[in-house]
Amino acid sequence: MDRAQVDSRISSLLEPFNKASVPITDSTTFAGDLEFDSLTVMDFVAAIEDEFDIIISMNQQAEIETYGQLVDAVCKLSGQ
Amino acid sequence: MSEGVSQADKPAVREGAAIDLFAKFDDTIRMRRDLLASGVEDPFSLVMEKVLSPTRAICNGRDTILLGTYNYMGMTFDPDVIAAGQKALADFGSGTTGSRVLNGTYQGHREVEDALRAFYAMDHAMVFSTGYQANLGIISTIAGKGDYIVLDIDSHASIWDGCALGNAEVVPFKHNDIEAMNRRLGRIPEGAGKLVVLEGVYSMLGDIAPLKDMIAVAREHGAMVLVDEAHSMGFIGPNGRGVAEDQGVLDQVDFVIGTFSKSVGTVGGFCVSNHPKFEILRLVCRPYVFTASLPPSVVATAATSIRKLMHESAKREHLWANSRRLHGGLRDLGFRLGTDEPQSAIVAVIMPDLEKGAAMWEALLREGLYVNLARPPATPANITLLRCSLCAEHSDEEVGTILGMFERAGKSIGII
Repeated sequence: MDRAQVDSRISSLLEPFNKASVPITDSTTFAGDLEFDSLTVMDFVAAIEDEFDIIISMNQQAEIETYGQLVDAVCKLSGQ
Repeated sequence: MSEGVSQADKPAVREGAAIDLFAKFDDTIRMRRDLLASGVEDPFSLVMEKVLSPTRAICNGRDTILLGTYNYMGMTFDPDVIAAGQKALADFGSGTTGSRVLNGTYQGHREVEDALRAFYAMDHAMVFSTGYQANLGIISTIAGKGDYIVLDIDSHASIWDGCALGNAEVVPFKHNDIEAMNRRLGRIPEGAGKLVVLEGVYSMLGDIAPLKDMIAVAREHGAMVLVDEAHSMGFIGPNGRGVAEDQGVLDQVDFVIGTFSKSVGTVGGFCVSNHPKFEILRLVCRPYVFTASLPPSVVATAATSIRKLMHESAKREHLWANSRRLHGGLRDLGFRLGTDEPQSAIVAVIMPDLEKGAAMWEALLREGLYVNLARPPATPANITLLRCSLCAEHSDEEVGTILGMFERAGKSIGII
């Protein structure tokens, strides 16, 4: 699975959480552009963890602000 | 406090002060200002001018029934407890002025730890100056760099702050979701230390955890287990040791965290454990070492109260009867509650929004009833709720009065 495939799987997981249909690029921020609150973050992270069978700890989440950073982190964590 | 708040949207401009560090609080300031602008009494600056009993006080000038104190067993005015505190105050002075590991361990600190060991039938007990510090200290100390803390997302602030103070990887899971916890534990790299943190009773909705199943899963993964039993001590379980005892798994719990500020009726926190190396925590746990110990009067009242709580089954039964009656009565009136059945002495009444919640809170206060208004971010799922906690000293008549107050207030606000 390459970065594009990870990107596409995360993108479809993100869809139900992107209620305002904000256009997604690598620089889209979760807190700012997507206005995710802590509960949404928790549900979204849980969906990604289950999809890729990984853990994204709170410590790692703190380093992830943009969509592109998330895709990179998931690639790394799932050993891509 | 309110004066500062009213000025915050027009801060004084000082030369050289380029960035106001308080700007980050503007959203909270706005929320508070909007709430108060609607004309309600400030729910967060209530003053109890006089306390008449565990269930009655003069609040903002009114004779008020207290239904939001966590004083579950009504020990605050127990004559034996008060006498013990008075004697310790006279014999040992007003404070210790020292850390437990220096000049702050008095006879009374030993005695309260003895009382806890007897109450829980465990080998070790360590007393902190608050319950908050007990979680802060134990969690941050035992889970270090490279270890994993797996915890329920609805955990109390003191648990989250314990995680934040330490260096472990922090992995939350959905509230009471055994499979979500199981999956996360299964993904932790081999060789890493694991601590699962759970609560017996979750204080916002008053629901309990399926500890038996959760602890079994945690054990299968080789994790150590910490359970916060702050809201169950004294009345849940055959000996009042909490939800883990009630579900028959207390022997599977490595660390029980508790507090003196609820059923015990004073202030302080503790951890009890059978871990053979437990005592070393007294030297390595910073929130234990770098703070003054509890005053002699406080540990004397706590020790007396804990020993009495071992024999209060009649009071426990009355507390359960009160909880069942309030829960059933509010449900029958048409209120939406946090749990379908009463699971603890907390009954959470869910409000449509903060505005209605604050209006309902004030209407109840005018009726002469104090409950807790709980709002985001302290609440799960961003809900606003009125949290009621029963006391064993509430009389049958008072519970009836409380239900009448809820009915009138709920109808006047338009919630029922």
